[in-house]
Amino acid sequence: MSVRRLHATQPESFAFTPENIEWSKGQISKYPEGRQASAIIPLLWQAQKQEGWLSEPAIRTVADMLDMPYMRALEVATFYTMFNLSPVGEFFVQLCGTTPCWLRGADDLKSVCRKMIGEQGDITEDGKLSWLEVECLGACVNAPMVQINDDFYEDLTAESFEQVLTDLRAGKEVATGPQNTRHTSEPEGGLTVLKGTK
Amino acid sequence: MSDRIKVTVDGIDVEVEPGTTILQACEEAGAEIPRFCYHERLSVAGNCRMCLVEVERAPKPVASCAAPVAPDMVVFTQTDSVKAAREGVMEFLLINHPLDCPICDQGGECDLQDQALGYGGDASRFDGNKRAVEEKHMGPLVKTIMTRCIHCTRCVRFATEVAGVPEIGAIGRGEDMEITTYLEAALDSEMSGNVIDLCPVGALTSKPYAYTARPWELKKTETIDVMDAVGSSIRVDTRGREAMRIMPRNHDDVNEEWLSDKSRFVWDGLNTQRLDTPYVRRDGKLAASTWNDAFAVIAEKINGKADKLAAIAGDLVCAEGQFALKSLMDNLGSPHLDCRQDGAKLSGPRANYLFNTTIAGIEEADALLIIGANPRVEAPVLNSRIRKRFMMGQFPIAMIGAPADLTYDVSHIGAGTDTLADLLAGQHGFADVLKNAERPMILVGQAALTRDDGDAVLAAAIQLAENSGAISPTWNGFNVLHLAAARVAGLDLGLLPGEGGKDTAGILQAAKSGDVETVILYGADEIAGAALGEAFVVYIGSHGDRGAHRADVILPSAAYTEKQAIYVNTEGRPQMTERAAFPPGEAREDWKIFRALSDHLAVTLDFDTVEALRVKMFAVAPHLAQLDHIEPAGAPQAPEGGAMTSDAFGVAVEDFYFTNPIARASATMAACAKAKGERAPAKQGTGSHG
Repeated sequence: MSVRRLHATQPESFAFTPENIEWSKGQISKYPEGRQASAIIPLLWQAQKQEGWLSEPAIRTVADMLDMPYMRALEVATFYTMFNLSPVGEFFVQLCGTTPCWLRGADDLKSVCRKMIGEQGDITEDGKLSWLEVECLGACVNAPMVQINDDFYEDLTAESFEQVLTDLRAGKEVATGPQNTRHTSEPEGGLTVLKGTK
Repeated sequence: MSDRIKVTVDGIDVEVEPGTTILQACEEAGAEIPRFCYHERLSVAGNCRMCLVEVERAPKPVASCAAPVAPDMVVFTQTDSVKAAREGVMEFLLINHPLDCPICDQGGECDLQDQALGYGGDASRFDGNKRAVEEKHMGPLVKTIMTRCIHCTRCVRFATEVAGVPEIGAIGRGEDMEITTYLEAALDSEMSGNVIDLCPVGALTSKPYAYTARPWELKKTETIDVMDAVGSSIRVDTRGREAMRIMPRNHDDVNEEWLSDKSRFVWDGLNTQRLDTPYVRRDGKLAASTWNDAFAVIAEKINGKADKLAAIAGDLVCAEGQFALKSLMDNLGSPHLDCRQDGAKLSGPRANYLFNTTIAGIEEADALLIIGANPRVEAPVLNSRIRKRFMMGQFPIAMIGAPADLTYDVSHIGAGTDTLADLLAGQHGFADVLKNAERPMILVGQAALTRDDGDAVLAAAIQLAENSGAISPTWNGFNVLHLAAARVAGLDLGLLPGEGGKDTAGILQAAKSGDVETVILYGADEIAGAALGEAFVVYIGSHGDRGAHRADVILPSAAYTEKQAIYVNTEGRPQMTERAAFPPGEAREDWKIFRALSDHLAVTLDFDTVEALRVKMFAVAPHLAQLDHIEPAGAPQAPEGGAMTSDAFGVAVEDFYFTNPIARASATMAACAKAKGERAPAKQGTGSHG
């Protein structure tokens, strides 16, 4: 992890879509009067979903909606690494580099990212892809893996990962989950025990 | 009391209230606990871990600042395990703390330095790179060297809780945590300098004081501030003749341990624009002169024409000087004397012009009505006390006058006298709030009193206080908030028009028409030069400001840090300043100037020492002799007021940083005013966020 700062170039303004405003009201109403600030994380998350990242105006907008000081909202936005403070690609790859994935070849996946996208934080010219190395995403049993937007892509090899990225970029449907023959986290090549019981 | 809890600290038994923290109990028992994040006047954070102590039957060391005492608790603060635990904490703190004490302004008065002496190792076991943090901009007063920050969050808590401007925060986390303001804006507070005192290391230091002196080479003089009428306790640090900085002192009943930015950073004004020799205007030009020459010129003007002489006393002058001026005017037989250069309609019984509730008393009030005042800029420290009471809850506050952000929730119920009349007639909801409150407070500011109908407004406010039950034998809820440190003493000593005498407005009118030929301006700088017409003006003061520019004779006097003198704050609390440095050049203490002048006017004042003067002064106003004691003033009495006009109340302090000659001479204050002007106009409101 490194120091997280607001992005150097910021948009002029931010506004929630009408649907998101409705959604936000629902979130805020979960909390008793005077405790609206509790809705800060869902609202920031929704703002990020809408724009892909959290801009300074977005943080300010959310703070205003919750009647809390801007600084308090900024503290939350900079604390959680799941909030992107810089723009990301349409397909945002979070690549797990923690030990189990690393042992199973995360470095190869990084090479693919470098080849196809560039360095961490870079966005491809078509705006489709960007990547970031993150800590454990909790899918060690299917290592190595990446998270792209909301979905996990597991049991990757350099080739299959490259295929996933190419297909996503081309707008093709890509199956989520293991990219080899495995079914969820069952043993590779089919079940090995408890086969006789009917 | 029976429900007190017995605690044993290092073998010493103490009894404390339930809910007391272990740290407080240890202090009660006389055991010193090192700490960084804990501060008596802020909420408990418990994040520095330096205050670890051993508690019997507890498996691990306990952070004493955050743990409440339990009955029969046995605490050890000096055992080997405590020392080892604190040494461990200290080692971690020092891992990322730069070794730049020799160039750090905090050096010599640094908590980390002091405590490292007791708990620091002789060498570091850490051989990685120390972290480095970018400097943050925090305005013209606070210098940041954030690499030194140990993340105690005292500044964050101060800004949020006491100052009421939640603009400082911690971004990032873990090793990357950084203290900063939102988008690195200057802190929008009149109390921002206090974060410098709170910072236990050299991360936040004083920008104007940077690299100018070391604490051990400064002479420290404990004195009283005069920048506002609160009379905060301060310490002036001088090197030679020059004031190097001003720090607050603790006074629980006045400023606690806070200080407003103007009081703290005005010291460079004490060293510039000083009048250091008498001046006499000849052929339209002021020329340096001698005392005898200047006195001779004045005597020529005044002798034989004492009935055409008037005097106005200013905002920063002391009780002794005002008494000497009054005695001089009495001896000359001139009744044209006024200490209210702003024209406030204040006189009469003391209770009519004092902050009767007292500053500490604010904490006991349960409702507040502010009339024509903005305490945030008129008395920032007092405003913090109101905010402190507000933070305790159950404290409805309403305000009549120009709307302002006071850093707490205020319902703005009106702009002027009409609302006051409604309240008086019981036709406004807040009248019931005041009536139902047990200890309501009414605070009247100078903006409500410096009007032509000031008497009527004062009468209405006193009437409202009586109607609301704010005046009783046990509670006095009527308060006047003064702006000038000199004013209460002036009113106490009767620097008011005598029989047939003219007040400030009358004097100015007469000066224009020629009925008054000579005007003595004793530190009165808030009067436009043109308002004095063709009158011959004698200015007695310390700074070359508006008064001196208009003057025909200038007699240089001592500033508040250069004399031992009594000032009475808005509560009616007499306090004595001490001399931190000698006045520059030929400047003399105020009372000596009047004494010498009286000789030349052949009406010699009958005191030769300041002690003799005080004996006479105490005969007039005995309560001045009881320093730091408030003589209760009894119930206010509504003056004959006439009718209120229905104008809105104005603003008494247009620019917080330029309210007096010393502040106007200060480059730091000018920088603050500039920074405030540059602040983004689309500022977020502050205040209600607790």
